[in-house]
Amino acid sequence: MTWQRRHVLATDDWSRAEIEQVLDQTGAMVEVLGRPIRRTPALRGRTVILFFAEASTRTRVSFELAAKALSADVTNITASGSSVEKGETLRDTVRTLTALGGDVIVMRHAASGAPYFVAERTDAAVINAGDGWHAHPTQGLLDAYTLRGALGDLDGRRIVIVGDITHSRVARSDIDALVPLGATVTLSGPPTLVPSAWRCGMTPRGTTYEPDLDRALDGADGVIALRLQKERQHAGLLPSIREYAKTWGLSEERVKRMRPEAPVLHPGPMNEGVEIAASVAHGARSLIETQVTNGVAVRMALLYLLAGTPEQVA
Amino acid sequence: MVGIRARGDLIATRLHEAIRRNENVDVPLGSLDITLYRDDLTRIGHAPVVRESVIPFSIDDRIVVLIDDVLFTGRTIRAAMDALVDYGRPRAIRLAVLVDRGHRELPIKADFVGKNVPTNLADDVRVQLIETGGADTVELVQAAAA
Repeated sequence: MTWQRRHVLATDDWSRAEIEQVLDQTGAMVEVLGRPIRRTPALRGRTVILFFAEASTRTRVSFELAAKALSADVTNITASGSSVEKGETLRDTVRTLTALGGDVIVMRHAASGAPYFVAERTDAAVINAGDGWHAHPTQGLLDAYTLRGALGDLDGRRIVIVGDITHSRVARSDIDALVPLGATVTLSGPPTLVPSAWRCGMTPRGTTYEPDLDRALDGADGVIALRLQKERQHAGLLPSIREYAKTWGLSEERVKRMRPEAPVLHPGPMNEGVEIAASVAHGARSLIETQVTNGVAVRMALLYLLAGTPEQVA
Repeated sequence: MVGIRARGDLIATRLHEAIRRNENVDVPLGSLDITLYRDDLTRIGHAPVVRESVIPFSIDDRIVVLIDDVLFTGRTIRAAMDALVDYGRPRAIRLAVLVDRGHRELPIKADFVGKNVPTNLADDVRVQLIETGGADTVELVQAAAA
């Protein structure tokens, strides 16, 4: 199958075949990352612009390593200290990024939908590295790759996502990547942090809401814990961090409710002792470090596929 | 022995098996995908599928025999040598091919050749193997006379 997409904005309209193509390419990239010299010349002469208008270290570094492993030139633009802080509009920033000759723009932005705005206004390929509460497609794909690697196949598997669902672009992109591959997703979290329609049974296709975490975990094939933003407490959505940890934290006892060897994932950075116990985060079921390596590989696969689409060829 | 995907790796597997059977020597065997090292990636307009390379041994200070089906322009072999040196520093790299059809575009020469087949530039050399669903054949399809 020849790759057709020019941008990676969200995977909510991707077919199973497209997701599988990315995951298969990711497998080849994992092997490249295991070589003594992890640099291939595939994207020589291409420029990847990392435009992060919202704080990020892990994702930005992951994209940077991915681009460098393919020999692309990498330029970083962060919000602080850039023209964005001086009041430049997103429209003008895009003009500048395009004029700089970027072949791929990787962007993170606090406003949901910002990458769509950019994609309409540039010749470059756009990869969404997280937009507001909306989507973080590379995280969804790397979680799917990691779970597929651990479970072999996602058909008929049940994965639990626990935490602050409402504000989580990771949860949405995980659903968008896992459900097309045949998995079902059980969402769990405090009712104040789950969209009201989802609480009332109108959950996205392939998902259900289970307010009791213990019941959600019973017999599950894997779990993804979401990072708790501590400012949610100040917004009145949580009584206390300690209560959250007790009711929604992944303890060693809790994860044993899943099937034996069912893996534990977390997108990072973790609040150990809040959404996940340190012993679980570093325990035998934890794939959290594997996620980091796989993240670089999945981003290599996407950069490779996008840089090869016809519109990108000079 | 390192076979270049796809087909060179199948020929390498055959040679490996023959050496094991006849000489009772188990030569380390790997396969190499050279897609990320192609020199025409930015020109072909699509991203060809990258398959996994499998080199489960150190190549440092060893003699590596690259194996491919057809030697033509030499560009694939150039890419394969670039890929290989990312795994280590072999003592030497040798090249074995089933068919050498000439028309090199790079200064590359095979050390072991099954058969030299003189061809015209526009001819097509088609290799089929039992493993790919055909019979074991090498076909020279001559370009239609202009």
